[in-house]
Amino acid sequence: MTAASDRKVRLIQGAGGPAMRSLIESTFLRGVQHPEALALSDGAAIPWGDRFLVLTADSHTVQPLIFPGGDIGRLSVCGVVNDLAMMGATEVLALASAVIIEEGFDLDLLEQIAASLHQTSVEANAPVLTGDTKILQRGELDGLVVSTTGLGVTQRVVRDSGLRAGDAIVATGTIGDHGLAVLSARHQLGLIGDLRSDVAPLNGLVHAALAAVGDALHAMKDPTRGGVVSALSEMAQKARVQVRLQEAAIPVSAAAHAASELLGIDPLVVANEGKALIGVDPSALDTLLSTLHSHPLGRQAACIGYVESGEAGTLLLDTGFGTRRLLERDANPLPRIC
Amino acid sequence: MMAPGRPIRPLQFRDVQQGQALQKRLQQVVADVGRPISVMHVCGSHEQAFSRFGLRRSLPPDLQVQMGPGCPVCVTDAPDIDAVITLALAGLPVLTYGDMFAVPGQHGSLRDAQAAGARIHVIYAATQVLDFARHHPEPVVFFATGFETTAVATAAILLQDPPANLFVYSAHKWVPAAMDIVASVPGSPIEGFLAAGHAATITGSAIFDAFVARHRRPVVIAGFEPLDILSALVCLVECIQQERCDVVNAFPRCVTPQGNQRALSILRHVFQQADGPWRGIAHIPGGELALRPSFAAHDARLHFADRLARSTPRSQPDRVDPCRCGSIMTGTALPVDCALFGTSCRPDQPVGACMVSSEGPCRIWYEAGQTDPRSCDGVQP
Repeated sequence: MTAASDRKVRLIQGAGGPAMRSLIESTFLRGVQHPEALALSDGAAIPWGDRFLVLTADSHTVQPLIFPGGDIGRLSVCGVVNDLAMMGATEVLALASAVIIEEGFDLDLLEQIAASLHQTSVEANAPVLTGDTKILQRGELDGLVVSTTGLGVTQRVVRDSGLRAGDAIVATGTIGDHGLAVLSARHQLGLIGDLRSDVAPLNGLVHAALAAVGDALHAMKDPTRGGVVSALSEMAQKARVQVRLQEAAIPVSAAAHAASELLGIDPLVVANEGKALIGVDPSALDTLLSTLHSHPLGRQAACIGYVESGEAGTLLLDTGFGTRRLLERDANPLPRIC
Repeated sequence: MMAPGRPIRPLQFRDVQQGQALQKRLQQVVADVGRPISVMHVCGSHEQAFSRFGLRRSLPPDLQVQMGPGCPVCVTDAPDIDAVITLALAGLPVLTYGDMFAVPGQHGSLRDAQAAGARIHVIYAATQVLDFARHHPEPVVFFATGFETTAVATAAILLQDPPANLFVYSAHKWVPAAMDIVASVPGSPIEGFLAAGHAATITGSAIFDAFVARHRRPVVIAGFEPLDILSALVCLVECIQQERCDVVNAFPRCVTPQGNQRALSILRHVFQQADGPWRGIAHIPGGELALRPSFAAHDARLHFADRLARSTPRSQPDRVDPCRCGSIMTGTALPVDCALFGTSCRPDQPVGACMVSSEGPCRIWYEAGQTDPRSCDGVQP
């Protein structure tokens, strides 16, 4: 490879893995000294009286724009609401929505996406109070990009770095649905069955969890890009602990399981848009699970593993046949033939 | 594809208790042999399954399962990748399977070409190629890789009245030819082979009869679930213990002696065996599947021959001297035996074939952080 091609931004630098973090560090974080920015969290917490404001931003692109279980409008609200919720800010003060549209975009489709965006903001109790609209010339953009900024408030800031040895790891529901549904739609696999994105606002569910277990909830992250493997690797690295998962305990829907086998893609490495991973003190595990189970978005919540002191940043999976290490990869998952 | 509304049942071949019983049985038969045994699988999917289920860690210490030349992506010759990149950078849309996307030739990968503006489309099924070509007026290149399994799919689309603008660049490979090479390596410690269940679904189990007669080593055809692999290993070690040189079909729910006759006849109608280089291994007689002359109108190697001859030097050396891929894929060395492994040969700058694809043995070992054959899954025993 030539040096010139190394000086270009590559697709893998947006896959949510180490390459993306290193890109951000070598560009946008260069010269930045604010510890809140350097934490590379889902959002930033700003002290505000005896509470914290939490600020987050997220750009959304997805192909196809409308997929089984959701669309880019719903996604653009949930992505931000969930990032806020992961830091404890389940009360959303405002969203700002910036939309960039390619010339020639179908107006009916735009109306459908806008309606979905609005409906989701009502569902999440997260009002869109301002926004911006730009149109680019045909060919300068692939359809539509939605960037959302969210402002929330919380009494206590939850961090993705708070795991402690002994904590139970809870997944709030089935894993892999969004990524596999979108991949199936993108590759036009014509899978039939109930394979749908899980895209949903989690602030209600997280509010219930925090109310039930309080400070026993040590850490939280939503497994979006890079999936469970990326999210838990990052959590384990930040807390300098090891996480061991039990494969049999990880909830995966029958449809997602079938699609993952067919595509050769591990459900643990694809995005979820309506799930949280929670590190909880084992004494509060039962309370947390029963709270989650009584919420419509947490019916299939399960304890999927535990935090160990072990080797810092290591993620292990017990398959029942043996143990393997789960590694974060710098690649968007692609269907395999062999 | 699944029928609408029919519930999808989870796979039944991952019963942990049965797995543990088989692991115990394997310990026993290996102990009965009473000496170290080396066997080989010849399939990237088997290596994936070993890795996916953490199986290697549970193997008895005296059983070494080597990874043979089983990854069609690893053994796709670098000049072939370069040739397809040349066509892509000339502006032609190129369709290929996801496995091939990130594999470097001598001047970067298709992924690099895409970053430089080339139109590379990852497909899952060969039929997507037909759809694409019918909806695009310009010449469309299908970089067709894989063994017998995917070769049949390529053959099938060429028999479905393909549009004139569809050109297939075949890098398909024929596995039994490579098994012959591996089994013929002088001093090979390999005492038996696990054959790939999916390829055998096409070829049938009987194709291995001649191989077993020639090389006097047993072949067990194995599926890809953990129970399939464990039971096939038990069977293979029993054959070795009893000095039986048999072909055993341990994947009978898919594989028959005669194979898929319709698929085979399509395959033979469209392709013929040819000699050709397997990256990192050797020039393998009969190891390539080339399009027959009757399909010359769709053969990208012929149609673009002038353009490729102008821009692709085919004589560049593919092997760097200390690289031991050939020994690794023929079962006489382990990745850790190679001086380049993990030093100058890494996934971000692979030197040898075994490091290029995620199914390559060196890549799998490197990514699992392993330096010891017993810790193949990246976990110290």
